[in-house]
Amino acid sequence: MDLLNALVAVLNYIIVPATAYGAQLALGALGVTLIYGILRFSNFAHGDTMAFGTALTILVTWGLQGMGISAGPLPTALLALPFGIALTAAFMLATDRVVYRYYRRVRAAPVVLTMVSAGVMFVMNGLTRVLIGVDEIRFADGARFVISPQEFKAWTGLAEPLALRSTQVITVVTAALVVVWLFWFLAKTRTGKSMRAFSDNEDLALLSGIDPNRVVAVTWILAAALTTIAGTLYGLDKTFKAFNYFQLLLPIFAAAVVGGLGSPIGAIAGGFVIAYSEVAVTYAWKKVATYIVPGWEADSLMQLLSTEYKFAVSFTILIIVLLFKPTGLFKGKSV
Amino acid sequence: MSFLDASDMTGGYGAADILHGCTLKVEKGQIAVIVGPNGAGKSTAMKAVFGMLKLRGGSVKLDGEDITTLSPQDRVKKGMGFVPQVNNVFPTMSVEENLEMGAFIRHDDFHETMEQVYDLFPILREKRYQNAGELSGGQRQQVAVGRALMTKPKLLMLDEPTAGVSPIVMDELFDRIIEVARTGISILMVEQNARQALEIADMGYVLVQGANKYTDTGAALMADPDVRRTFLGG
Amino acid sequence: MSTHQPKAARGGALRAPLFFTIIALLIAIEGMTRGWNGALGILNMGLISAVIALGLNLQWGYAGLFNSGVVGFVALGGLAPVLVAMPPTPGAFAGGGWGILIALCIAVATVVAAVWLNHNLKGKARAVAIIVTLIAGFFLYRAVFDPAVAVIEKINPSAQGNLGGLGLPTLIAWPVGAVLAAGAAWVVGKTALGLRSDYLAIATLGIGEIIVAVLRNEEWLARGVLNVNGIPRPWPVPYEIDLQANADFIARAAGMGLDPVTASTITVKLLWTALFALVLIGLLLLAQLALKSPWGRMMRAIRDNEIAAAAMGKNVTRRHLQIFVLGAAVMGLGGAMMISLDGQMTPSGYNPLRYTFLIWVMVIVGGSGNNWGSVLGGLLIWYLWIKAEVWGPTLMGLITAHLSDGAVKQHLVDSAAHMRLIVMGLVLLLVLRFSPRGLLPER
Repeated sequence: MDLLNALVAVLNYIIVPATAYGAQLALGALGVTLIYGILRFSNFAHGDTMAFGTALTILVTWGLQGMGISAGPLPTALLALPFGIALTAAFMLATDRVVYRYYRRVRAAPVVLTMVSAGVMFVMNGLTRVLIGVDEIRFADGARFVISPQEFKAWTGLAEPLALRSTQVITVVTAALVVVWLFWFLAKTRTGKSMRAFSDNEDLALLSGIDPNRVVAVTWILAAALTTIAGTLYGLDKTFKAFNYFQLLLPIFAAAVVGGLGSPIGAIAGGFVIAYSEVAVTYAWKKVATYIVPGWEADSLMQLLSTEYKFAVSFTILIIVLLFKPTGLFKGKSV
Repeated sequence: MSFLDASDMTGGYGAADILHGCTLKVEKGQIAVIVGPNGAGKSTAMKAVFGMLKLRGGSVKLDGEDITTLSPQDRVKKGMGFVPQVNNVFPTMSVEENLEMGAFIRHDDFHETMEQVYDLFPILREKRYQNAGELSGGQRQQVAVGRALMTKPKLLMLDEPTAGVSPIVMDELFDRIIEVARTGISILMVEQNARQALEIADMGYVLVQGANKYTDTGAALMADPDVRRTFLGG
Repeated sequence: MSTHQPKAARGGALRAPLFFTIIALLIAIEGMTRGWNGALGILNMGLISAVIALGLNLQWGYAGLFNSGVVGFVALGGLAPVLVAMPPTPGAFAGGGWGILIALCIAVATVVAAVWLNHNLKGKARAVAIIVTLIAGFFLYRAVFDPAVAVIEKINPSAQGNLGGLGLPTLIAWPVGAVLAAGAAWVVGKTALGLRSDYLAIATLGIGEIIVAVLRNEEWLARGVLNVNGIPRPWPVPYEIDLQANADFIARAAGMGLDPVTASTITVKLLWTALFALVLIGLLLLAQLALKSPWGRMMRAIRDNEIAAAAMGKNVTRRHLQIFVLGAAVMGLGGAMMISLDGQMTPSGYNPLRYTFLIWVMVIVGGSGNNWGSVLGGLLIWYLWIKAEVWGPTLMGLITAHLSDGAVKQHLVDSAAHMRLIVMGLVLLLVLRFSPRGLLPER
């Protein structure tokens, strides 16, 4: 019985939240890796693009709620998501047109593009603040739990509760659908293949008649969709706060590098590696230990690192990968 | 009039010219080979034919049509195929996807062409689902040639196709190239291995400092004592 | 920025003096219209910004290294005044100080052991040994560290609860700040340099976040979000209160027709200005000498063509590490100066937009690779940053003047303060696009 309780505790406090978080990171890292593979720079504006897209989605959500439209047990934000994606994509395409395109034409060094993306980051950060302010926003509505802790306890008779929030289920399901669609798109469609070809060997792709402007445009649209979905899911699961999204940049980058920059499958693996490590390292294991070793009362929380240091986990994993396997778990672009 | 007629090409990448009135002609279904010492401008001449280099003088005509001002992409549409010397495949894509990308500009059904490529290079059929980056050097070159054939070019240009492959593989590649020429495709190629290349060439161009030094049939050049002594090592 | 074609800078030799005159005028106008106290305040922070920008220019301008963790090095430098100049907390060191020191030694020893194992073992044994060492080291560290921290944080928690400082003069803290930042830079540089440039950008982003997180959460160190107040001022800057109590000073102020309060604040600010200017001039002199030396030429050669430099037998990674550490040291110095000026340590104030990316704007706008440019950028952008906060609402007031009162107008007016972020982003983008070599291009 105690072992079961320990298992439920691990499930409740680690597996479930980390899976949802990992799915969000994976979507973010997919965007980073896509931009890196096609446009060949690390996009520092990625976190703020997530915030921007989410802010737009929230505004549309409020609009829908104002009109009395809802999605029943599902959050209204899911209905608003397509609008958020479309608006963000339009913004990204416009940004590419007025900002990035020039640097592609002069074949600027990647580090210059990264710098440029920092400028875009400033602008998007400011725009997000103007749009929606700096406060924490909760915008999840609909049913709260798929499995509520009380029900679970009553149903199983265990001492430990298990909560499965609907936002967590929605996150994982949505992320899975998006990933499956993205992989199908990249593997099977003509446009997807041309994007991979462009990422693989730009000169040969041009030689083969692949239109670079089209590839770049599709990349920005996909990146806008991925960031907006990731950001909205994160906001539904936790809350929306613009600055937190900026801070997600580190775990997202770490996930992309750990998986191998430019490798979509690596981005997903990286996202989950980072998420599970972060949650496991910052979890207080005392309760689980007490269940597993009966009669022993640990004198500390048995927490390896306090939650404030979750970034240290991403950073440490990042450093370890850089030291031992700079191309990442799944061979990305070489060093 | 020759099928490819590139006359008096003059130009270079920067201020200094590399090509000085270089002329290259290829007849239908024939193999023309450009040989010469390092730095003679062999690859540059081929890139000029393909439009990767802005000419200050001269013209390029394909099948009687003047294409001097066209971009490389447009020349592909006009019936040119080009196989670069290095980075000539998509390494993380499968062999079949590489061929598909070769046919990117085509909007008709290209599966028949793909079958022809597989017939020409049977090993590619065997490895069609394997990533091109995982193949051996010789196999990769076959993918590269196959990719260029997917547009059904009338002129195929190869920049040192045998660079870095073993002599056995080189012989096999040359055999394939002859087979390609037999289907009616004209071939223009740059080669380091001058002797072997001239053996299969209908026409040979010896370039020195960006200009034609000797121009004759492959066999005649092989027989020319001057050419033998200076360029073929005796 | 070697990828862009150099454009001849208009104005030639007169360009720099012209721009610096403009800055002086801007400050003077500010002083005459809004009071000298505020104007000198902008100037002082501008000088510190210039110091930090100089540090970044060493890394980016000289060597092309992308450091996105400036905030961390500035914050770490800011820790120095707390650790050096604050009075020691009674009983803290005896209670837990040694424990913490031992714990830190254990941490360092663990990492050194892991590195040694990494170099001297092979295969599976290596991985197992390293993991075992790291885990054992971590738990040993926590076992020593946690009780020590608990002891310290129990001492007078409402006012102290931290280790306190050494009670030494504040000026000593400045070089210490430089050393702290340099140490952190060495660790990051050692791992991330020599890999692709993006990796350094990502790794520094991480170290920046972590340093700030440490300052925010380790209450025994700098009281975390509780802030450390009353950090002593360095010689020769006096306190306004003391000046106002000084009969001599009051008499002299009266002689100039000033009331004692105004006179004292301006005197204090001017002394800060003098002190900062002195440091900045010294740094500028050193940086210029370094730039013109064979070492500086080599650095720029490496930046412009790493492969050629490596082919000439230059150890590119080593040189990069050198300059990365040096640049971080200058940032740390700037951070220490800033905390001395503020008189308090507020870890929650270290925002990457303000302390990393704004510094970037300064360097790029001033002209990467040009030390004078960084100083100019530091002063100018800081001025704009402060003024944009004032101008934003005014401008928005004008724009929305014809709108009827309502939620939209209120929202726009409220959000005007955020406009400066957009302005800074646009400035950065416009300079990168149309004048990538900045106001004062590198020669």
